[in-house]
Amino acid sequence: MTQPAQDFILETRNLTKAFKGFTAVDDVNLNIQRGHIHALIGPNGAGKTTVFNLLTKFLQPTSGKILFQGEDITPLKPAAIARKGVIRSFQISAVFPHLSVLENVRIALQRKEGNSFHFWRSEKILNRLNHKALALLESVGLESFANTVTVDLSYGRKRALEIATTLAVEPELMLLDEPTQGMGHEDVGLVSDLIKKVSKDRTILMVEHNLHVVSKLADRITVLQRGAILTEGDYASVSADARVREAYMGTAADDVDTKQTAEVAS
Amino acid sequence: MNNMKLNLCLLALALLAPTLLYPVFLAKVLCFALFACAFNLLLGFAGLLSFGHAAFLGTGGYVTGYLMIHSGLTPEVAILLGTIAGGLLGAIFGKLAVKREGIYFAMVTLALAQLIFFFYLQAPFTNGEDGLQGVPRGALFGLIDLSDNMVMYYFVLVIFIAGYWLINRTIHSPFGQVLKAIRENEDRATSLGYDVNHYKWLAFVISAALAALAGSTKTLVFELASLTDVHWHMSGEVILMTLVGGVGTIFGPVLGAGFIVTMQNYLSGGEMGNYIHIIMGAVFVICVLSFRSGIVGQLMKFKRNNF
Ligand SMILES: Nc1ncnc2c1ncn2[C@@H]1O[C@H](COP(=O)(O)OP(=O)(O)OP(=O)(O)O)[C@@H](O)[C@H]1O
Ligand SMILES: [Mg+2]
Repeated sequence: MTQPAQDFILETRNLTKAFKGFTAVDDVNLNIQRGHIHALIGPNGAGKTTVFNLLTKFLQPTSGKILFQGEDITPLKPAAIARKGVIRSFQISAVFPHLSVLENVRIALQRKEGNSFHFWRSEKILNRLNHKALALLESVGLESFANTVTVDLSYGRKRALEIATTLAVEPELMLLDEPTQGMGHEDVGLVSDLIKKVSKDRTILMVEHNLHVVSKLADRITVLQRGAILTEGDYASVSADARVREAYMGTAADDVDTKQTAEVAS
Repeated sequence: MNNMKLNLCLLALALLAPTLLYPVFLAKVLCFALFACAFNLLLGFAGLLSFGHAAFLGTGGYVTGYLMIHSGLTPEVAILLGTIAGGLLGAIFGKLAVKREGIYFAMVTLALAQLIFFFYLQAPFTNGEDGLQGVPRGALFGLIDLSDNMVMYYFVLVIFIAGYWLINRTIHSPFGQVLKAIRENEDRATSLGYDVNHYKWLAFVISAALAALAGSTKTLVFELASLTDVHWHMSGEVILMTLVGGVGTIFGPVLGAGFIVTMQNYLSGGEMGNYIHIIMGAVFVICVLSFRSGIVGQLMKFKRNNF
């Protein structure tokens, strides 16, 4: 298998994760091109979130390798991977609920200041980050909520805040797990515009169920089914693929299959 | 500003209190208040429930007591060394415990604290069941004689204020911000590049050292270091104090400690002495069921609703 000389920011080689004999991620070879919005789609339980957990090392792969900018990052710990510039979001919104909106973003800015272990200094020294934090909030339309306690934000705004927080660490690669899940029409539009906007000079790998959003955003799509890659391509070719249609239609039947496989295996 | 006024009032109260109440009792309250505040730093602001904090209180006490009896060091040095010893023990405990989550964290700390208890029970220099008795209070910097209870009280007050200040500062520091973020959403903090275990560990060490500071000071006040302070009952009591006062509030543990110590003092004197554990248990249940946020939490709610 020879690859043309392309600039892949992230590659996986035969990435596999087995839970007690049930293979949730099966021999996955991903190639994410720098600058792309790359969508990972597939029916419920296909293993998308598990792939994210492996890429960020929240889970340990059973076998296989993860390469980031050509470097093998498989042995690194989650926080170390984040410091390399791979920042993930979570399927359920990932904010700090009882901190203010501004503080949420500031936490992300704070790490590079190198004072995060300074317990003897006043938190007032963090105020010098406020300016930058506000600018980030402005970029996602949340500047007027800076002093709101985050728990009081609407769901869509929490997701926007999450993106601002992620941007604060200047990620090379953003992993977004269903950023529009559970949102109303309006919010979906807002968040997908936002993703488009922030994708300008970075790479995004996103899990997304809303095919309309995928069609609008994704440069490339990988379809996952029962842990394995079913097909890969641009939206036109993927949506024309009969197997993809079947995978999406047959979600219910699929679940039954998966369960049976698990039982047989264990 | 309001806070400032409140603090000044409390300070005035603390300065005048020994003219009305027995200074040794007040010093005891302050020692336990510091202990509870140290514990609360971990539970309230890092979300970590330690069930082994008696080990640090006791270690501070034994080290300081032993040094005062055998070394001829001045009390402030003996207290400092007791505090450092507690911090070092905390560094080891923390290393082993922070990898675990929730109830497992509590279990690891409990197991380690039991180990320490048996060590002090067997070790020759602690006098086993009798403990270190007749610990001399010595003279502060070799100048100020602490044998007078009034003087001792004011010394304890200074230590308490210093410890309380440090805890307050830690909570409102860049480090404290990260700690709160970890408490709120550990995975998110990790995904922003924070090695959360390192932060939990440092919080643990600070908490352990301050608990040891409380223990060291207490040993001087009572001229005694004994197994009571390393017993698991003590680890439970500090949880009780913190919950009663208000976990995660800065002043709550002080009130909780004051309340529990006062109650113990009154009960242990009279006929009710035999029922002390039952009564404490009942107080605990009532608190947990009826005002989860503790005394301070309840007061703040009252203030919000009425002003
Ligand atoms: N920690 C775990 N232990 C055991 N099984 C797991 C674990 N995590 C995930 N699984 C299983 O792995 C499979 C893939 O789950 P995953 O969450 O990755 O799916 P997904 O594609 O993200 O689905 P969804 O679209 O519903 O979010 C599921 O069958 C799930 O039950
Ligand atoms: Mg998922």
